[in-house]
Amino acid sequence: MKKEGIELIKDGKRLDGRDFDELRPIKIEVGVLKRADGSCYFELGDNKVIAAVYGPREMHPRHAQDAKMAVLKYRYNMAPFSVDERKRPGPDRRSVEISKVSREALEPVIIKEFYPKTEIDVYVEILQSDAGTRTAGINAASVALADAGIPMKDLVSSVAVGKIDGEVVLDLNAMEDNYGEADMPIAMVARRNTITALQMDGRMTKEEFDKGLKLAMNACRQIYELQRTALIERYSEM
Amino acid sequence: MDDVRRDYIYNLVKRGKREDGRDFRDYREIKVEKGIIKRAEGSARVKIGNTEVLVGVKLEPGEPFPDSPDEGVIITNAELVPLASPEFEPGPPNEDSVQLARVVDRGIRGSEAIDLSKLCIEEGEKVWIVFIDIHVLDNDGNLVDAAALGAIAALLNIHIPAERYGLSNSEGEDTNTLPIRDKPVAVTMVDVGGEILVDPNYNEEKAAVSGLTVITNTDGTISGMQKYGREGLAEDKISEMVEIGIEKADELRRRFL
Repeated sequence: MKKEGIELIKDGKRLDGRDFDELRPIKIEVGVLKRADGSCYFELGDNKVIAAVYGPREMHPRHAQDAKMAVLKYRYNMAPFSVDERKRPGPDRRSVEISKVSREALEPVIIKEFYPKTEIDVYVEILQSDAGTRTAGINAASVALADAGIPMKDLVSSVAVGKIDGEVVLDLNAMEDNYGEADMPIAMVARRNTITALQMDGRMTKEEFDKGLKLAMNACRQIYELQRTALIERYSEM
Repeated sequence: MDDVRRDYIYNLVKRGKREDGRDFRDYREIKVEKGIIKRAEGSARVKIGNTEVLVGVKLEPGEPFPDSPDEGVIITNAELVPLASPEFEPGPPNEDSVQLARVVDRGIRGSEAIDLSKLCIEEGEKVWIVFIDIHVLDNDGNLVDAAALGAIAALLNIHIPAERYGLSNSEGEDTNTLPIRDKPVAVTMVDVGGEILVDPNYNEEKAAVSGLTVITNTDGTISGMQKYGREGLAEDKISEMVEIGIEKADELRRRFL
């Protein structure tokens, strides 16, 4: 978070012309990969991510199996060319943390008891990054899990809110994330109002936090409708 | 074993009790000792109940990041060393270790407690790198709060080792204390059976389905949050946890920092 005299808000609008509570354009394609059991290509503004699900499948190593339920695994990975400064391939500490938080965002909705001793693998690849990749990843992963036929209580939707030039805004892009004052990604089960992921970094008052949370929850409901529509369209063609 | 333990804690909570007799909102006994490692520029040993964490801060000159050529750098790392728990194995940092380090780092960075602009030695070439190393010695739950408290305690009152690197300030000003502007404190809470427990011990952590760490500053603003766990949290519960976090952080700040 650095403030360097860059104006992120001009005449009540953000630099990309959005209102404070406006999401970037979203595009969702279901079932885009042949080999994976389920998949989803997801765009959020200039973010391009692809999520794939394999499973339930046999779990290795055997001693890590859970006799009562499937084990969910989630791997968030960025392609080297996805960011301005080339990212060396392989997990870095940020990816490790994001993978953990994202996995925990999805766990509450997966009915793992149906497939004991198996593993369900979720792989998310960030092909192009413009801030909010972890939220796009979770959105894509939810759809991919549904596409794979994994039994789920509901979909999980995710978005980030932040603070720029003192204002609480929705869905930061890279510029806003870099020069803004706070960044708060959230994931939610839209129909139940339960938050399954929440992180915050930067600096916010409690009031700003409350406002941001409400803004994020509303946006998650919108995203949920888009995810649902994409799945229905895909399956009504079949 | 896990199920037995989980049921035990859950049943206690349903009757309004905790294993060690604490109230839901109480911390275990906390001890903070500062400056115990001579070789580190700053250090603190924190015990919360049986949980014990040692944090050492070392400073060395290094290269700044290209996008902030006149600012110092903070690097936070956590080691869950095998002697601290039967569950910790030797090896590179795992996801728990990475998360611990990054959450503590977030609190310190978000609060801007360290004035990085005062750590420039030569713009674009040399700045002070502040290494915050968290060494967990005994895991009886709530490593985050212990580590975060240790980190800020270690950072207060650090002598910048300019002489060691031949960078002494010849003007005779005492610019050699690390400039600390705030005191972020982490408060971790878990949800067990719908009740909010502050400072979960190891069993309570295992029994809990979700948890939240809230890191707040002297003026009550929030400089970091992280949710954990396999289940979701309702909005009103989160809001309540944030309020508790602000209140308890004030208490810890007054008593130990």
